[in-house]
Amino acid sequence: MQIYLPIAEQSIDVILLLGVGGLVGVVSGLFGVGGGFLATPILIFLGISPAVAVATGATQVVASSVSGAMTQWRANHVDVKMGVVMLIGGFAGSSAGVIAFGILSRLGQIDLVITLSYVGFLGVTGALMLVESGLSLFRARRPGGAQPGRLHTHTWIHNLPFKMKFRRSKLYISAFVPLAVGVFSGLLSAIMGVGGGFIIVPAMIYLIGMPTVVAVGTSLFEVVFIAANVSFLQAVNNHTVDLVLALVLITGGVVGAQLGSRMGSRLRGAELRALLALLVIGVAGKLLFDLVVPPEDLFSLSAPVLP
Amino acid sequence: MNRCAARPVVGFAAARWARQPAIARYAPFVLRAVLAGALLVVEASGAAAEQLIADLSKHRVAITTGFTGDDVLLFGATEGPGDVVVVVRGPVGEAVVREKAQIAGIWVNRRLVRFTNVPEFYALASSAPLDKLVPPGVAARNEIGIANLRISPQSSLKPDQIAPFRAALFRNKAREGLYPTEVSQVDFRGPRLFRTTIHFPANVPTGSYEVRVYLIRDGRDVSVQSTPLYVNKIGVGADVSEFAHNYSVYYGLIAIAVAMLAGWIASAVFRRV
Repeated sequence: MQIYLPIAEQSIDVILLLGVGGLVGVVSGLFGVGGGFLATPILIFLGISPAVAVATGATQVVASSVSGAMTQWRANHVDVKMGVVMLIGGFAGSSAGVIAFGILSRLGQIDLVITLSYVGFLGVTGALMLVESGLSLFRARRPGGAQPGRLHTHTWIHNLPFKMKFRRSKLYISAFVPLAVGVFSGLLSAIMGVGGGFIIVPAMIYLIGMPTVVAVGTSLFEVVFIAANVSFLQAVNNHTVDLVLALVLITGGVVGAQLGSRMGSRLRGAELRALLALLVIGVAGKLLFDLVVPPEDLFSLSAPVLP
Repeated sequence: MNRCAARPVVGFAAARWARQPAIARYAPFVLRAVLAGALLVVEASGAAAEQLIADLSKHRVAITTGFTGDDVLLFGATEGPGDVVVVVRGPVGEAVVREKAQIAGIWVNRRLVRFTNVPEFYALASSAPLDKLVPPGVAARNEIGIANLRISPQSSLKPDQIAPFRAALFRNKAREGLYPTEVSQVDFRGPRLFRTTIHFPANVPTGSYEVRVYLIRDGRDVSVQSTPLYVNKIGVGADVSEFAHNYSVYYGLIAIAVAMLAGWIASAVFRRV
């Protein structure tokens, strides 16, 4: 059964689209990630223009992270002060990102920048996660278990000015650090159509030094607002948010997420992370392959330049 | 001078427009009636009047939510001998063709040529092989065949460098199904009545189209008739698209609200289960 996407201006099989949403939902439920990193490339593989895929991906991220954010809020896992500081950076970053997106589209380089961003970030994150999960699987087999890490390490980051107290995270650090993480996550969201949890959460844990539970909660809180800002700006500046596409993806996604979280409870954490790492590396590999292999037709037709 | 012969049938189209649903229901009967009427007119007015009359089964292609492409029937009658050539042109616009080059192992868009005056859709139909029927001069004057399209490149590249870009434009358009490579068949029913089907694919661009019907006799275009056709989005899809472009601020806000609501409802529903 075909459905016409009014903004993408093409017909696509609605069952296929529900399947994509469902798959992304399973992954997000299974691993506790937004799944944007999977949704956007799959939409591009299916022939949706990257501009629409990225913008609509951001809208889908709003839906998939809002329930998680509310759960985290109720559990008091959100450091509001930290979140707000990050959001200030995030709004700046995502606004700059959407403007850059428009300029790159007109230059004909947006596809390349999107693909390179995916290859770079997914490749590095996937590799790191694989190593980490491999090590913890290896350690779990040996008596003694994992070694407790130090609670706090002091680096140059802690010598930056404008220190602020973040009570929920039990931190006293420069406001520049969460601000910079926010700017970065905003850029990612605008260019890649992802929530960026897979980058922000490690950054919050290792760079800022937040407790893991608070990092996850605060990142979800932040992602909801950044993805909303990206959706809004993409809709206004580039007219690329397809609500019909978003709704079908969201519908498939919510069902998939429930399946995923039920499947997830049967697997061990380290195994789960290793699986996610392989998936992330797989997506990055496929994208890299497409960049390197000579294209079928060296010439391509750009979508009409947006006014 | 040939342009003088082109008679847009806008008034006629508008009258039929109003009767759209009825036309769809009684298409075969109406078709016969119109043809009979057309023949009467042609015969009554004699050789000095129209040598060609043609119309479409509908003047509007509606892109609905379940749109998968559409067929429009073109039918008509000729006065005297000759062959029929049909040219369907979409709205004209700008197209940018980019060439990829390998930089550090990856393929990157490098050179580009911007073309203006490019029809977004271009299809041909003919009652006999085009190259035998239409002499090059006539084809060039009437832009029959993609080689004769008067699209203008805007580039600092030399003409021989632009040629591959032009070829790539047509190749890509053909791949998208917007410049069908095959010339459809115009079928004659008896010596005068002809018909053909114009196919519009699912990704057909919206806008106003022009269907030109030529009567070719002994290598000359003795008569031409132009008929408009509109491709519009209809229903929810049209509303969404129109709203997104005209009220983009509200559209953006609604998109966020819908996404948040959907996420919230989903979590509320599944928490109970």
